[in-house]
Amino acid sequence: MHVSSEELDKLAGDILGRFENAAPSPKERAQIPAQEMPAQDPVERVRNMREVALGYTPSQVRAESLRCLQCRNKPCIQGCPVSIDIPAFIAEAAKGNFARAAEIINESSLLPAICGRVCPQENQCQKYCTLGKMLKDIDKSVAIGRIERFVADYARENRCEKVPHVAAETGMRAAVVGSGPASISAAADLRREGHGVVMFEALHKAGGVLVYGIPEFRLPKAIVRHELDNLKAMGVQIRLNFLVGKTRRISDLMGKDGFDAVFVGSGAGLPKFLNIPGENHVGVFSANEYLTRSNLMKAYDIGAARTPMFASRRVAVFGGGNVAMDSARTAKRLGAGTVTVIYRRTGAEMPARKEEVAHAGEEGVEFMFLHAPLEITADDRGRVSGVKLIECRLGEPDASGRRSPVEIPGSEKHCAYDTVIVAIGNASNPLIKATTEGIDVNRHGNFIVNEETCETTLPGVYAGGDIVLGAATVIQAMGQGRKAAKAMNAYLAAKRQVRA
Amino acid sequence: MNRIVRKEKLSAEVFRIAVEAPEIAAARKPGQFVIIQLGGDVNERIPLTIADADAGAKTITLVFQAVGESTHRLAALGVGDSIENLLGPLGRPTDIEKYGKVACVGGGIGVAPLYPIAQGMKNAGNEVKVIMGARSRGLIIMEAEMRAVADDVIVVTDDGSYGRKALVTAPLKELCEQWRPDCVVAIGPPVMMKFAALATKPYGIRTIVSLNTIMIDGTGMCGGCRVSVGGRTKFVCVDGPEFDGHQVDWDNMILRLGSYKPQEQEAHHRCHGLMKLNEGEA
Ligand SMILES: Cc1cc2nc3c(=O)[nH]c(=O)nc-3n(C[C@H](O)[C@H](O)[C@H](O)COP(=O)(O)OP(=O)(O)OC[C@H]3O[C@@H](n4cnc5c(N)ncnc54)[C@H](O)[C@@H]3O)c2cc1C
Ligand code: SF4
Ligand code: FES
Repeated sequence: MHVSSEELDKLAGDILGRFENAAPSPKERAQIPAQEMPAQDPVERVRNMREVALGYTPSQVRAESLRCLQCRNKPCIQGCPVSIDIPAFIAEAAKGNFARAAEIINESSLLPAICGRVCPQENQCQKYCTLGKMLKDIDKSVAIGRIERFVADYARENRCEKVPHVAAETGMRAAVVGSGPASISAAADLRREGHGVVMFEALHKAGGVLVYGIPEFRLPKAIVRHELDNLKAMGVQIRLNFLVGKTRRISDLMGKDGFDAVFVGSGAGLPKFLNIPGENHVGVFSANEYLTRSNLMKAYDIGAARTPMFASRRVAVFGGGNVAMDSARTAKRLGAGTVTVIYRRTGAEMPARKEEVAHAGEEGVEFMFLHAPLEITADDRGRVSGVKLIECRLGEPDASGRRSPVEIPGSEKHCAYDTVIVAIGNASNPLIKATTEGIDVNRHGNFIVNEETCETTLPGVYAGGDIVLGAATVIQAMGQGRKAAKAMNAYLAAKRQVRA
Repeated sequence: MNRIVRKEKLSAEVFRIAVEAPEIAAARKPGQFVIIQLGGDVNERIPLTIADADAGAKTITLVFQAVGESTHRLAALGVGDSIENLLGPLGRPTDIEKYGKVACVGGGIGVAPLYPIAQGMKNAGNEVKVIMGARSRGLIIMEAEMRAVADDVIVVTDDGSYGRKALVTAPLKELCEQWRPDCVVAIGPPVMMKFAALATKPYGIRTIVSLNTIMIDGTGMCGGCRVSVGGRTKFVCVDGPEFDGHQVDWDNMILRLGSYKPQEQEAHHRCHGLMKLNEGEA
C-alpha cells in the first residue's frame, strides 16, 4: 500500500515527541521503526520523469538519525569508500543541526546530494551497520544514505553550503578530461590549491553518466548542474564539445597548450553487446543509446524533443545492474506495455541497488531470472520480433564470487518482443589510449595507475574513475578523483618550485 | 565560438557555410566529420562531414541540405550567428595514398565530402576522375571546384536535364571496363553507395564508401551508429565513417537508417545525417 509523505511525517513526529525531553536509550533507539522513504505513487510516477524518492521530511530524518547507536568503533565508516564520519553527521542531524551535518560530510565527500541518491549503500556503509546486524536485517540498518541526501539537499536549498576557498593563483595549469564524478572531484580539489583548471568534455552537456546515463527520476539533473555551477564559481573553466584525442591530443595539451598536468576521467563509455546473432536488427539498443536519447537528448519529452525514441510495446532488457533497471524503468515511462528484465542468474545475484529493483517491481517491470539470450529474431522488415532464450541454472561460483549460470540443454524457447535493450555493462572507451603514447592499459583496456597517486605510466598524466576501475560507482570515481588531485597538487607544487 | 563567417546557397536546398573552429580546422583531415547541436535541451545532434577547412583562417566548411527540421534551423542561421555546439573532428581520416588511378563517385550532396578526398588523392599523385550525379540540374553542386582538382569530371542527372541522363553506376561501370581504376571512393545516398559497390565488385576494385548512419554522441559511447562490416559489428563514428564497400551489410544498414520512420512521419521528427536524400536522387 502506498503511504504518503504526510502520513510518514506524522508517524515520525510522534516518535520525536516521545524523546523530546530525554535522549533515547540504546534499546529504545533500536526499537524506533526504520523510516520509510516517501515516494511518488507508482501509478502516477510511471507517467512522469520526476524523481521517484521524494526525500525524508525533517521529522523523519531526525527520527531515523535517532536510530543510530553512535557505535564507538564506527563500523559503518569502514564501508564508506571516502570515509565520511558517519556517526558524527548523524548525531548533528538527530539534533536538527543540518547545516553542521552537511559540513561534516563535506570534509570527506564533495557530492553528497548525488551519492546519497545513487550509492549502493547496502554494499557499503549500511552493510556494516551494527543496528542492521542486531536486527538481523540489512534493510533495518540506519538509512545513512537517506540521511545524507536530506542533509545535502537542505544545505543546497538553504544556501548554507560553504563556497570552497580557492588559494592564490599558482600560475600552474591542469587539464581535466571528462566531466563525470571523477573529473568534478579532481577539478574542485585542483582548483582549491589555486591552479588554473580547464575541464574538457566531449558532449554538449557536462556531468558524464550523471547526465547522460542516470535518469531524471533517480537523479534530478538540476542537482548535477548545481555541482557544476559550484565548480564554475570557483573558477574552473568548462570546455564542452572537446574530444581529447581528436580535437587535441594529450601531447598537444601538455606540449603546446601549456598544461602542466592532466587528469583523465573519461569513464567507461564503450557499450558491451551480447555477441549473438541478430544484434543489429532494428529495435536493438545499447542501454547507453537508449538512456542517452532519453536523458541527454530529452527524447522523453515527446513532441518537443527532436531526437526520436523508438516506439515500443514489448521490451526485453538484458542485464541485472543499475543500467538495466534504469533502462527498464525508462521504457515503462515511455509507454511500453510490458517490460521484462531478463537475467542469467537469480534476483539475489543482481548487482543493481536494492531500492531500484524494488522500485522497478512496483512500477510493473517484470523479471525473468535464469534465462540467457541465444538469438534476436526479426520480421521481414528487419525489425525485432523476439528473442530466443535458454534456461539456466546456477553452477559453481566464478572469479567474482557469484555463482555462474549454466545453460540447460533442450530448454530453448522463443519470446515475442519488439525492442531489445542490451544493458550488460560498459568497457573502457579506447580513444585516449589510442591517441596517446605512453599510457599503459590492462587487458580490459583500463588505465594502469599507481594505487597511491593515480598517476598513469605517462608522467604528469593521472587518471581515475571508471577508466581505471572499469564500470564502478560514483563514490569510487569521486574518491579516485580526489586521490589523484592530491598527488597532482604535490606534483604541481614541486614542478612550480623547479620553475621558480 | 563557432561563428558562421560565410554562407552561400549552392542549390535550391543546399547550403555551404564556413564556421570558425580553430582546433578542428587545424586537426581535421579529409573524410572526417563534426557533430553539431543547435543549443538548448531539445535539439538533436547531427553529423556533418567536413567539406573543407582553412587552418589559416581557422574555419571549416560544412555543406548541408535542408531536408528536416534541424537542417532547416541550421539553414536559418546567417553570417555572424553561432552554432552553439560543434564537436570534431570525428572519425578516421580517409586512407589517402598513391593508388595510381582513383575514381571518385559523388551522389547529390555527397559531392561535398568527396571534394577534399578528390583533392587529397590528386595531391598524393593519383590520376583522379570524378563522377557526380544528382536528380536534376539544379541539384548539381561544386562542379567548378571538382573540375579544378580532377583530371576529368563526368556529370550525370536522373532526368537528363544536365550532363548524361544516367545513374552514376553507368559511367562507373564504363570506367571499370575501360580505365580500370585502382581505387574507387563513393559517397552519396546509401542506395547509391550500395549499387556503386556492387558495380565495382566484379572487377575486384577496392571501393571506399563513407557511411552516414544514425548517430548521437559520435565518440563510440552509444553504439547507435553500428553497422555490420565483413560480418563484424563496427561503430561508424570511431571505426569509420569509411569502410570497404564490398564488406558492408547494406540491407541491414538501410533498414537501420529507417528505424524511426514511423516517428518521422508522425511527429515530423528527423534523425539523419547530412546525406540522406530521397531515393534515386543520385
Ligand atoms: C545507467 C547507469 C546507471 C548507473 N547507476 C549508478 C548508481 O546508481 N550508483 C553508482 O554509484 N554508480 C552508478 N553508475 C556508475 C557510475 O555512473 C559511474 O561509475 C561513474 O559515473 C563514473 O564516473 P567517471 O567520472 O569515471 O566517468 P563518467 O561519469 O563516465 O564521465 C566520463 C565523461 O568523460 C567524457 N569523455 C570521455 N572521453 C572523453 C574524451 N576523450 N575527451 C573529453 N571527454 C571525454 C564523457 O563524455 C563523459 O561525460 C551507473 C552507470 C550507468 C551507465
Ligand atoms: S554502524 Fe550504524 S548504528 Fe553504528 S554508528 Fe554507524 S550508522 Fe550508527
Ligand atoms: S554515434 Fe554513438 S557510438 Fe557512434
